Amino acid sequence: MIETYLNKKSESITLAFFRLAFGLMMLFSLIRFTSYGWIEKLYIQPNFHFTYFGFNWVKPLGNYTYLLFFISGLSALFVTIGYKYRIAIITFFLSFTYIELIDKTTYLNHYYFISIVSFILIFLPANCNYSVDAYQNKSLQSNDVPSWTIDVLKLLLAIVYFYAGLAKLNSDWLFEAMPMKIWLPNQSNVPLIGNLFHQTWVQYTFSWVGAIYDLAIPFLLWNKKTRNFAFFLVVIFHILTKILFPIGVFPYVMIISTLIFFDASFHKIIMNFIFKLVRIKASIFNTDNQFKQDFNALGTKIRLLFLAFFMVFQLTFPFRYLLYPEELFWTEEGYRFSWRVMLMEKAGYAQFYVIDAQTKQKTFIDNNRFLTPFQEKQMAFQPDFILQYAHFLHDHYKRIGMNNPIVKVDSYVALNGRLSKRYIDPNIDLAKQYESFQHKTWILPFNDDIKGF
Amino acid sequence: MKKIHLLITIFFVIVSCSSDSNSTSGDNYNRTELLTNWADNLIIPRYENYQSKVGILQTNATTFTADPNQTNLDVLRLAWLEAYKAYQYVGMFSIGKADEINLNSTVNIYPTNQTGIQTNISSGTYNFALLSQYDKQGLPALDYMLNGLATSDSEIIDFYVTNSDATKYKQYLTDLVNQLKVNIDLIVADWNGSYRNLFISSSGNSVSSSTNKMVNNFIKYFEKDIRSGKVGIPAGIFSNGTLYPEKVEAYHKNDVSKVLLNESIIATQDFFNGKYFSSTTEGSSLKSYLNYLGTVRDGQSLSTIINTQFGTINTVNANLNDSFSSQVNSNNNAMLSSYDAMQQNIVYLKLDMMQALNITVDYVDADGD
Repeated sequence: MIETYLNKKSESITLAFFRLAFGLMMLFSLIRFTSYGWIEKLYIQPNFHFTYFGFNWVKPLGNYTYLLFFISGLSALFVTIGYKYRIAIITFFLSFTYIELIDKTTYLNHYYFISIVSFILIFLPANCNYSVDAYQNKSLQSNDVPSWTIDVLKLLLAIVYFYAGLAKLNSDWLFEAMPMKIWLPNQSNVPLIGNLFHQTWVQYTFSWVGAIYDLAIPFLLWNKKTRNFAFFLVVIFHILTKILFPIGVFPYVMIISTLIFFDASFHKIIMNFIFKLVRIKASIFNTDNQFKQDFNALGTKIRLLFLAFFMVFQLTFPFRYLLYPEELFWTEEGYRFSWRVMLMEKAGYAQFYVIDAQTKQKTFIDNNRFLTPFQEKQMAFQPDFILQYAHFLHDHYKRIGMNNPIVKVDSYVALNGRLSKRYIDPNIDLAKQYESFQHKTWILPFNDDIKGF
Repeated sequence: MKKIHLLITIFFVIVSCSSDSNSTSGDNYNRTELLTNWADNLIIPRYENYQSKVGILQTNATTFTADPNQTNLDVLRLAWLEAYKAYQYVGMFSIGKADEINLNSTVNIYPTNQTGIQTNISSGTYNFALLSQYDKQGLPALDYMLNGLATSDSEIIDFYVTNSDATKYKQYLTDLVNQLKVNIDLIVADWNGSYRNLFISSSGNSVSSSTNKMVNNFIKYFEKDIRSGKVGIPAGIFSNGTLYPEKVEAYHKNDVSKVLLNESIIATQDFFNGKYFSSTTEGSSLKSYLNYLGTVRDGQSLSTIINTQFGTINTVNANLNDSFSSQVNSNNNAMLSSYDAMQQNIVYLKLDMMQALNITVDYVDADGD
């Protein structure tokens, strides 16, 4: 049965369309990012970066960061036109992921999404038609591809939506309308509907509809009968979030990505339209070649097994939070890389001080001295940031001559409309605590319960 | 084919209509009304009150330098204290002209630089506008000139009568008071001139808007100048327990540190509540802003929580000695309690309130999730 499925074919134009759309969107995103001066602001100006656990070796490249973005953009362009595709998509995956690994301050679920999609694309024959590669090498060209190469992308999109929906099934979101209750009133000068945002029923409606939308949309997109309606909802939903929240290009990436659910005939229309724009006859890619998939070849086996394993990993990884005690929203242990999008309103206040172990001389830290406002904001409510910053302070003060600096913090966090409360044990020397996948015992208990996923 | 054209066109129209700028939208609270209340009923009246107190101080200083005797000294000291109290109401407004001329630095840097003042007096040449002169002027410098030159009043008066440099002492006293007057006159003139409208018209919610700047300044002042300056530093909070009884506000007068702290807390709470100066009426304020947004925390409105905490601060501060120098030495724990009570409200203001008002501590310009 598995073999029957793996042999099922779809038209190659769908995969080619996705390759082209993805490449273009990435190119546009990178240009936008650069034009806003964010490379300078986020990757060059800060004199300290918050790295991911295990990725300390990822260092900012100074002014060469611009080169990194250029390489990333160039590879996105090559992916778009399908020129030296395999090298291009690998380069894109590596350069883009490297950029994201430099500083977790800028972590966004949609950057993670892009990394994963580009990673999967490495294993797919997305250049087998409507590409420079296929034009130059007719033996590469084929009219169809195995259906699984398209389904794997659909599955990933379905996971993103469905898991984002699951994450909303919690008591704060559903029964307190948090954080909508905080966010919506701040947006009440939106034309027409803005005045409604103070209404409690509107806040609850947004919460419930949002959760139901996320959970239902993958199924509505997958089902041919409901597909048009589903896409209409996708557009409405993402445009609305775009208006309400500063979420950059994410809505467009999602809207365009979901087009992959449509039939090949639809992709043909769009591709014809695009080829017409650039004055190339799409008909030159008409071919009778069939895609050859040799299940006996070791390469194919490894590729399929690896992708299967990767998707299983994607399905289970977001549930790793279950391995930790305490409230997920409070400790954020297992929060990232789990499609928890726009899920909570959390802010913090962190006053650090460093004590010389011998002279007992106490120095209060002005975070502005070491962190950008953005970094300070993110640091103040995320324990792994707090710990890493504490170690940075320890090292800094040791270097300038302090004896075994002790680092402590007065830290408060406010979560989803609860009054702020103390977050980190004020007596703990953070310099003596180390990052790991273990539960951080020095986070003070939440003393409240958010039920649900 | 027609259909797809239409679809693509509609898509791009929608895309281009939804703006890509990351300026967050507003919450529709009438910020113009808020800024108008701040300007007309708090900021300008408080400045004018301080201005008039400095005016009286100047008159009394003239009387004293013309005839330095015990009576005139007592009157002058009283005028100085009144000006000091009035200043507690304006220190938080570091915006516009006050920000430009660094009012806080020119009026209230303490401990004052006694040696520097002596050097200034004997040299007779100094430019108060210079950064290096900030700790040799203002109300703390006057404190030294009126209360700290010697231990007894007669000895102090002697500096202005029999001392070989008596003329220079009188000159320095006059110059100090004049400088206070010049600065506050500039500020009041600016507010009564074009600045009021400029202030009110900046009613958006960007980082440079009046509301955001005022809220940031207000909290910073509470944190740095009230909590740390008046209580934390003398109580050794920032020196790991090493006490600094000589770093209290108005050290030479010494028995007024509590009075000044109390005034500053009233000024802070009144600003939060939008209470008119010298009247019980309350106008548009941070309190009404929070209530408008319906900010409830742990089943209580946040504005009530903050006002309750102001009550706690007052209760705790009532236990303090009039002189914080004595308090620090006799029972520093009372000082630490005061510090903690204020710290708690700073967390409420800086974290809970800012979160509700969607005002960032500083500008963060990047995509969210």
